[in-house]
Amino acid sequence: MDTGLAIRERLDSIAVKGKQKKQIKCDTDSIAGCVSQRACVYCGARVVLNPVTDAIHLVHGPIGCASYTWDIRGSLSSGSELYRNSFSTDLQEEDVIFGGEKKLARAIDDLVGKYKPRLVFVYATCIVGVIGDDLEAVCKAAAQKHNIEVIPVESSGFIGNKAAGYRAACDALFRLINSGETEKKKNDPKINYLGDFNLAAEAWIIKNYLYEMGIEVNVTFTGDSDYMALKKAPEASLNIVQCAGSMHYLARKMKDRFGIPFMNVSFLGIEDTSDSLRKIAAFFNNDEITRRAEALIDKEIRRIEPLIRGYRKKLQGKKAAVYVGGGFKAISLIKQFKELGIDVVMVGTQTGRREEYEVIHDLVNEGTVVLDDANPSELERFMLEKGAHLLVGGVKERPLAYKLGLAFIDHNHDRKHPLSGFVGAVNFAEEVYSTVCSPVWRFIG
Amino acid sequence: MLDFTPKEIKERASGGLINPAKTCQPIGAMYAALGIHRCLPHSHGSQGCCAYHRSHLTRHFRDPILASTSSFTEGASVFGGGANLKTAIKNVFAIYNPDVMAIHTTCLTETIGDDIPAFLNQAEIPEGKIVIHANTPSYVGSHITGFSNMTRGMVNYLSEATTETKKEQVNIIPGFVNPGDMREIKRLVKAMGINFIMFPDTSGVVDSPMTGKFEMFPKGGTTVEELKDTGNSKLTIALGSFASTDAAIALERKCKVPAKTLKTPIGVKATDEFLMTLRNTFVTEIPYELEEERGQLVDIMVDTHHQFHGKKVAIFGDPDIVIGLTELVLGLGMVPVHVLTGTPGSSFEKEVRAMLLESGLKGNVKAAGDLFEFHQWIKNEPVDLIIGNTYGKYIARAEDIPLVRVGFPILDRSVHSYMPIVGYKGAMRLVEMISNALLDRQDRDAADEDFELVM
Repeated sequence: MDTGLAIRERLDSIAVKGKQKKQIKCDTDSIAGCVSQRACVYCGARVVLNPVTDAIHLVHGPIGCASYTWDIRGSLSSGSELYRNSFSTDLQEEDVIFGGEKKLARAIDDLVGKYKPRLVFVYATCIVGVIGDDLEAVCKAAAQKHNIEVIPVESSGFIGNKAAGYRAACDALFRLINSGETEKKKNDPKINYLGDFNLAAEAWIIKNYLYEMGIEVNVTFTGDSDYMALKKAPEASLNIVQCAGSMHYLARKMKDRFGIPFMNVSFLGIEDTSDSLRKIAAFFNNDEITRRAEALIDKEIRRIEPLIRGYRKKLQGKKAAVYVGGGFKAISLIKQFKELGIDVVMVGTQTGRREEYEVIHDLVNEGTVVLDDANPSELERFMLEKGAHLLVGGVKERPLAYKLGLAFIDHNHDRKHPLSGFVGAVNFAEEVYSTVCSPVWRFIG
Repeated sequence: MLDFTPKEIKERASGGLINPAKTCQPIGAMYAALGIHRCLPHSHGSQGCCAYHRSHLTRHFRDPILASTSSFTEGASVFGGGANLKTAIKNVFAIYNPDVMAIHTTCLTETIGDDIPAFLNQAEIPEGKIVIHANTPSYVGSHITGFSNMTRGMVNYLSEATTETKKEQVNIIPGFVNPGDMREIKRLVKAMGINFIMFPDTSGVVDSPMTGKFEMFPKGGTTVEELKDTGNSKLTIALGSFASTDAAIALERKCKVPAKTLKTPIGVKATDEFLMTLRNTFVTEIPYELEEERGQLVDIMVDTHHQFHGKKVAIFGDPDIVIGLTELVLGLGMVPVHVLTGTPGSSFEKEVRAMLLESGLKGNVKAAGDLFEFHQWIKNEPVDLIIGNTYGKYIARAEDIPLVRVGFPILDRSVHSYMPIVGYKGAMRLVEMISNALLDRQDRDAADEDFELVM
C-alpha cells in the first residue's frame, strides 16, 4: 500500500541502514488514528506480574481488562495455579458514578475468604484513574484487616504506553521485596533471574544450566515465582536480566537499595546463550564455576551443532523480518538468524529504546529497514519490498504474514515450545524450517 | 487450577466476578463494524483496548483484524479526546482510506464524557467518506450489548426510506455469530429466492480466502448502499433478541420497516420458524432442497436419539446462542440442568425457564453469572457434557467432563468460524459434535469387556 507512508509524522520512526545514519524516533506516544500494534500500561503491568503464581491478581475496572488477560501468558507453574484465574470487580455504571472503593474492598474480602492468599495485586485500569478511587487506601486497609500483603498496581491504561506498565509492575514488585527482613548472605553463588516469564518452561531450562554450573537461582522475576521466593530476593549476589525492557528498572532499584549488581543477558541463540553463561561465570571469579560453564557450553554445542548445521543448509539465503515487543529480543533474533544463515531485512519493535536501536543498526546489513511502533501497512510494505520469507512477531502479526504467503514464528505469548537456551536454539531452527519449508505455501495463488 | 472452587454456594457480597462469562462492549462493536464493506473500526480510548480486541478477535478468527485507536494519553484524559479524534479521522482516511470509519467509545472516553457527535460536527471528513459511531461504555452490558449498539448505529446513521412502497426484500440481522453462520443464513434465504440485505455481515472479511495478497479491506461486508437501502425493505428479521432487536426496532421507528425478532436459528424448531416467517411474508414455497435438508437432519436425530436420552448437559455462553442451544438439546432428549450467560438481562432467564418448564424440567438458569458459579453448580449436580466456549476447558478438566466448543471466543481450536451451527446443516454439525463427544467418552471409559466396535 503506497499510502502506507502518507503520514509524515511516521517518517522519523523509520530508517534504512546505509542511507545516512539516523537516530530513529522511539519511546514516544503513538499517533492517533494509526493501527498501532501496541498495547497499554495495564497490559504491560499485567504481563510482568501475572506469572506470580500464588497471588490473587484482581483487576479493578469493568470486565474487559480482566477478560482479555485471563491466562493468556502461557507461563508455567511448579506450584500454585491461582494466577491462572481471572478476578475482576466488574464495575457497573453506578460504581462509576458513586466510586468503586467499597466494591473493591468487598471483592478483596470475598477473594481472601475463598482462596486464603498471602498476596493480592490490585490493578488499576483506565477508569479507576479517572473516577479517582484511592487504591492505596483500600489496599492498605485490606492488608491490615486480613494481615496479608495487598499491593496496588498503578496501571491506568492512558498514563503512558506499555513500558510505563512495566515500571508500574516493577514498583509493585519492589514494594513487596523491600518490605522483607531477609539478610543477604555474602558471596554465595546465588542469583536472581529477571525478565523470564517461564513461557513454555523457558525459566526452568536456564535454571538447570545455572545449576549445572554450581549457581543457584534464588528467584525468577516473575516466571514460576511465588510470595515466599520473591521475599527472599535481596539474598542474591547478582541479578541477571533477560528481558531488559521490562526488568532493567527493577534491577536498578535493587542495586540502589540492596547493592545487588546486575548484568544484561540473553539466552536466545547459541552465541548469546554461551556468552551469557560465560559472563555469569566470570562474575563469580571462581575456577570451578568457570570450568563447569565451559564444560556445559562445550557439551551442549557439540550436541546441537550438527542439528543446527542441518537446518542452516536448508535455510541459507532466506530473509527474515522481525517485529517484536522489545529491542533486546530483536537484537538477539538478528544474531540467531545469522547462525541459521538468514538475513534480517526488516526489524522493528513496539517499545525499543534509543540505545537498543543503535545496536540494531550496527548489527544489520545495508538496506535493512529499521522501524519503531509500526502499523500493519508499513509491515506489509517493507516485508514485500525486501522480499522477506518469514516474519517473527506476536498474535496480531501472524495472520498478516500468512495472508501475504509468508512463514511465521510466534516469539510472544503464544509460543508452544521453549525458544531459550541451547535446546531453544534447536527448537527455533526447527520451527523456522517447519514453517518456511511447509508444503502449504505451494497451494497459494 | 480450579481445585479450590468450593461446593458450597454463598452469595458474593462484592458483585465481583471470578472467571467471567462475558467481556466488554467495545469488542462487540468492533466485530459488528468489521461487517461493513471497506470499514475501519476505530476505538476511541487508550491503545490497550484496541490491541486486546484485535488480539482476541485474531485468536478466534485467525484472520487479520484491523482497527485504529485514538491512542489516549494523560492529556487527552484530562482535556477530553476531541483533538485526538479529529487527528485520528484525518489520519485514518489519509493512511488507510476506508469508505467508512466506525467509532466506538471505551469506558475511559464514556467516563470523561466525550461527545462524539459534537466532535464529528467539527471534524473534517473527506468528501464521500462516512463516519458512524456507537456509545459502548464497558461498564454496561457485555460484548453482545456492544455488538447490538454498533448495529443500531448503522441504522441510525445510514438507513433511509426513499421508495414510495417497500421493496420485496428482507433485512436480516444475524447477531453475534461466526461468518460461517452468516454464510449459511444467506444460503437459506437465497434458496428461498428472496431478495435480502444482511447486516452486519462479516463473511468475506474475517474468513477471507488466501490469495497471497494482504487486503486491508477484503471483499466481504455489507455495502453502504445496502445499508441505506435497508430502510426500503418490507421486513426486518432480527435473529437473537439480545444482539439484534435494538437495530430492528430503530429501523422500524426510523423507516417504518416492520421488525420481527426470532431466535438465532439453531436446531429444527428455530430454523423452521425462520423459514416459515420468510415464506409467510414473501409468499414463496420452501424449496425441496431445504425440505430435504430438514428431512436429513430429522433422520440423523432419529438415528442417534438413544444416545442422548436423559444425558445431562451444562450450557454457557452468549445469550442468543445459549437459548438456541438449549432448545436444540431439549429436542434431542437431553436435560439441560445448568444454563448460564454472562450478559445481563432478565429476559434470558425467563425464556430459558419457560423452555425447561415446557419439557417438565427445572434447572439452574442465570444471566449475568460467571464461570466460578457455573463450576459450583456442576460440582453440586454433575453433568455428562458441557457446551460453551474455550473458557469451559478449565471446568471440563477439573471435573473430567467432555466439552463441546461452541460460541465466542474459541481460542484453542481452528476451523470453527468457517462452519455453521445455524440452519439444518448447522444442526447436523452440532448433533455430530455432541454425539461424538459422548461416544468418544464412552469408548475412553469402557472396560475391555464393554468395548464395542459398533455403537
